[in-house]
Amino acid sequence: MHKPLPAAIALALALATSAARADPASDIAALRGEMDALRASYEARLQALEQRLKSAEAQIAAPASASTPANAAAPPAPIAAPAAPTAAPTPATATAATAGAPASAGSFNPSMSLILSGLYAHTSRDPKRYAITGFPLPGDAEIGPGTRGFSLADNELGFAASIDPWLRGAASISIAPDNSVSVEEAYVQTTSLGNGLSLKAGRFFSNVGYLNPQHAHTWDFVDNPLAYQAMLGTQYGDDGLQASWLAPIDQYLELGLEVGRGRSFPGGDDSRNGAGMVAVTAHTGGDIGDSSSWRAGVSMLGAKAKGQGLVGLDPSGNAVNSVFDGRTKVWIVDAIWKWAPNGNATRTNFKLQGEYLRSTRSGTLAYDVDNAGPVGDYRVVQSGWYVQGIYQFMPRWRVGLRTEGLDPGTPDYGANNGLIALPTDRSRKDSLMLDFNPSEFSRVRVQLARDRAREGGADTQWFVQYQMSLGAHGAHSY
Amino acid sequence: MSRSLFHRWPALVAAVFAFSFAPAHGAVRVLACEPEWGALAQELGGKLVDVAVATSALQDPHQIQAKPSLISRARNADLVACTGAELEIGWLPVLLQQSGNAKVQPGQPGNFAAADFVRKLDVPTQLDRAQGDIHAAGNPHIQTDPRNIALVADALATRLQQIDPANAAQYAQAHADFAKKWQAAIARWSAQAAPLRGTAVVSQHKAFVYLYDWLGMKEVAVLEPKPGVEPSAAHLQGVVATLKGAPAKMVLFAAYQDSRPSDWIAKNAGLAVVKVPFTVGGSDAAKDLFGLFDDTVARLLAGAGAKP
Repeated sequence: MHKPLPAAIALALALATSAARADPASDIAALRGEMDALRASYEARLQALEQRLKSAEAQIAAPASASTPANAAAPPAPIAAPAAPTAAPTPATATAATAGAPASAGSFNPSMSLILSGLYAHTSRDPKRYAITGFPLPGDAEIGPGTRGFSLADNELGFAASIDPWLRGAASISIAPDNSVSVEEAYVQTTSLGNGLSLKAGRFFSNVGYLNPQHAHTWDFVDNPLAYQAMLGTQYGDDGLQASWLAPIDQYLELGLEVGRGRSFPGGDDSRNGAGMVAVTAHTGGDIGDSSSWRAGVSMLGAKAKGQGLVGLDPSGNAVNSVFDGRTKVWIVDAIWKWAPNGNATRTNFKLQGEYLRSTRSGTLAYDVDNAGPVGDYRVVQSGWYVQGIYQFMPRWRVGLRTEGLDPGTPDYGANNGLIALPTDRSRKDSLMLDFNPSEFSRVRVQLARDRAREGGADTQWFVQYQMSLGAHGAHSY
Repeated sequence: MSRSLFHRWPALVAAVFAFSFAPAHGAVRVLACEPEWGALAQELGGKLVDVAVATSALQDPHQIQAKPSLISRARNADLVACTGAELEIGWLPVLLQQSGNAKVQPGQPGNFAAADFVRKLDVPTQLDRAQGDIHAAGNPHIQTDPRNIALVADALATRLQQIDPANAAQYAQAHADFAKKWQAAIARWSAQAAPLRGTAVVSQHKAFVYLYDWLGMKEVAVLEPKPGVEPSAAHLQGVVATLKGAPAKMVLFAAYQDSRPSDWIAKNAGLAVVKVPFTVGGSDAAKDLFGLFDDTVARLLAGAGAKP
């Protein structure tokens, strides 16, 4: 009895899709009516067959009992009752065959989404000379508040679809304000390995930490924390492979392993065989009662770099170009706690999240290459953290506060210790934001930040930002 | 890198597979997205199923997050039973992707969408987000009509038999018992609710079209200006004006919703307020599917009887 019902459902679904595509409303109604009739008749027939089977079974089981027929005969009529009146199935099937043909063409297109985002920035210090004290970074590092005045922010085009029964694919294409287009993510992922295992190949954001895998339009502030800017190049993405595995226990426990080329900072994108980046991630989490849930994790990302050009500032504020060869290891501890009354986040909700990043860079450094500075061993342990709270105090309105700090560490220049001046300041930043969400597809945000990442006084930054989502309804991860 | 690594992958996969392959403990593990499907799976599966429910009656099923506890439940589930019709579109796709569970992916027997088995109302002829949070497949709140529950029960029983063929006869028996009791109950509720036929009502969210379709009630206004958009003061004033021309008896809101817009309209337009349990657990009396409709009908009758 299992075969006819799925067949009927498949037919009904085919009809439903074809009906939705036909233009005139009357056609839709007619098709729907036919579909219902078809389904009803199938159901009625199935019920009848089921009852016949059951009564046959009952007769076999209790041949002596005379009371069986009453037991078996009673249910069939009322069961079939709620469905629509039965109709002759033949004409409906014929219609299905003709109407079903043109349904498919566009249905296989990937679901598409477009994120539109724009920004107005007002800063008290010139963002062109932005730097983070004690953290020499590649010249093209995306740090600081960006462009003063009006600018486009992260506009992004996303595509996703199943490839076949075993794989799905997704890509997000980032359209930068300077008219350049870049591939943010483009990967294929298994869907059918089972046993909690999933493999991803292509370009993707590493799953380290909490914020790293999240796209810019889901951030709760205009910018990523300083610790991410200084130690992961704002957001670490790479070309490579990712394996993740969920433990078969009731407690959420996800382990991940990634290998990549080391495409971006702290990797050096060198010409090398093998892996330039390896990352290991572990996350666990659960619920606390009905109202709270949490997730916490530890991750480690290791990357290699050769001839990596870095731009830093000396204590008097002059740009210094250096070249780094060596390894970087970034440890990340992340935790998030979300609360909503009875788990219903529609009216009010709160989330508290924090991360601690600790980066160790070791190798050799050619300091101030433009002026033939000293070359020698180099090792530095740097760290940074942020804590932020976001509170939705009424439907559509959220307020958030983030506080963060960086410790540039004390670089060990080996034989050159003492020749190179060390930074003395520690970066601090506090941000306050308020956002208004007319719907789940739109958001307007105001953010005020007091940024003390640079030597020589605080930078007061004002932002007004919009983020809009068009097209396919995105589903966001936790 | 790739060469040595690719050679190692199969071994790793095999090792993980061997480690994680745990024999099923007999019971079919069901993850129900909403309480009504959890209750239905329990009715049909009894001791053969181990049911976990992703949301409670006090939560808005549109707005749930793919939180860690749900991911681990989806990972271990044999069957994910949801409403479908895009009700869970904001969280279920992520949940399934992250579950690493091949059995519950769309198209597999372990992926059950109740709305596939009923006739859907409010199917939009035009799809544009300017219309609010509309669902292309039609209104997803199908559980407010007990006749839909009967149709879904038929399909879910079949699905349970497919997933757990060893116990097929028991599911068939449980289904026959349930169907018989349910039909009797529908007849009883329909008779009790006969006075409600033709009653004009106001809804806070377009969540009750199937209920109205069943009982023949007339929705004359909706408090949300567009589906999923919070009622604004201006729109509520407009509703009051509409109700002067077309008076209604009562205003309905679901247990998970904020009662304030309904309370306001009740006060300003002289309506009775009815809090509909909406799903199992939505009120003290709605302990199971039978209690859900006993209580829904009782509350509607009380609302209709209460003089404005």
